[in-house]
Amino acid sequence: MADAPTRKTRDDAPPTAAKDLHADRALLAEAVTIAAPRADLYRFWRDPANLASIMENVVRIEPIYGKRSRWTVKAPGGRTVSWESVITHEVPDAEVGWQSVAGAEIDNSGRIEFRDAGPRGTVVRAVIAYDPPGGLIGQTIARLFQREPRVQARRDLHRLKQLFEAGEIATGARNRRLRQERNEDQRP
Amino acid sequence: MKAIAWHGKHDVRCDTVDDPEILNPRDAIVRITSTAICGSDLHLFDGMIPTMQKGDVLGHEFMGEVVEVGARSTLRPGQRVVVPFPIACGRCYHCSKHEYAACENGNPAENQDIGREGMGQPMSALFGYSHMTGGYSGGQAELVRVPFSDVGPLVIPDDSIPDEKVLFLTDILPTGWMAAENAGIESGDTVAVWGCGPVGLFAVQSAFLMGAERVMAIDHFPHRLELAQRFGAETVNFEQTKVYEALQDMTGGIGPDACIDCVGLEPTAPSSTT
Repeated sequence: MADAPTRKTRDDAPPTAAKDLHADRALLAEAVTIAAPRADLYRFWRDPANLASIMENVVRIEPIYGKRSRWTVKAPGGRTVSWESVITHEVPDAEVGWQSVAGAEIDNSGRIEFRDAGPRGTVVRAVIAYDPPGGLIGQTIARLFQREPRVQARRDLHRLKQLFEAGEIATGARNRRLRQERNEDQRP
Repeated sequence: MKAIAWHGKHDVRCDTVDDPEILNPRDAIVRITSTAICGSDLHLFDGMIPTMQKGDVLGHEFMGEVVEVGARSTLRPGQRVVVPFPIACGRCYHCSKHEYAACENGNPAENQDIGREGMGQPMSALFGYSHMTGGYSGGQAELVRVPFSDVGPLVIPDDSIPDEKVLFLTDILPTGWMAAENAGIESGDTVAVWGCGPVGLFAVQSAFLMGAERVMAIDHFPHRLELAQRFGAETVNFEQTKVYEALQDMTGGIGPDACIDCVGLEPTAPSSTT
């Protein structure tokens, strides 16, 4: 008798897209393809001064010592949240992982992957896990105020793409005054 | 400057607004000499396209004179340019395939969410066409900020060519041309074109340029059918004629080799297809 076919327990899709994720802990992945060399993107990402230029929610990133830094980020209701983050692993030109230290206001961890995409350049993929403040209700509120981490991650990756491909970050504003108004509109 | 601004459904006004400025290195500022109203502007006027905001400046078919350039623009002040309606970076994957209307970078990151949530993929960026396509001010104005000005604008070197001869390169001629291109017309084909507005009339002419032997033009406005006839088409007025029967008979029972719908989004005339 022929062997019964082994049934795979999971399909080939990334686990971050699974339907049965734990409801209390948010897990997300966002990926973008950028027509630029992997090493250049990695080098850019490793300099906190660069990150503040593409991340609209980040107020500041302060180096503490070694692989530790303090992140201050805008939150709904005009608040900011702040936490200490430590780089847990890094593979040059390929991956950076981080974890918030114990006692962080928003417990979070994740990694940024840089993968060759042949003639299309480099795939930059962010995987982020976090405990949404205020649970699921808090997450819904954050989404309403455009402070939801998935939306933010997607936008930040797109600004990185614009900067590397187009050489500038696109704005639909007509002049400086309107650009300022639009930036304020994004504030909760 | 003066500009045509959207204030709500069926409420479009000529306002005085503050001038555009160079914001990014690849920008240029163009002083408008000619601009057109597109059929697509009617969808904004009718309140059909979401994410419009009070004060949005309309217009995506325009041309003019370069008056100011950013550090990385390839244009020079004084040049005469026709500006295509998609705002394309010229450097992304889709731009590398000449699919400029699918550019991934023209639409600001914060404006891409709307298309992504609503349709699965973000819209590209357009001039004067709602915030889901970037919220850019359009060219029904005295001045316009043109981003990525080294990619889209076509420089018209010959001053003796009047605006009217080149203005349609912004949108309506390439739209009709691409419709014909997508139809895969081969030499000797018979092509049917529904709708003889400007796009349809350009599709009729494009089809002939691509080798069509016969073009049937379908509409119910006699003046439009007359224009189509002038370009060499055989006319079918769907108010007088059963279109299907006519096309079958006129093509010896085979039917047209290619059919092009140039009617558009809002108008409906059920009798035009039967």
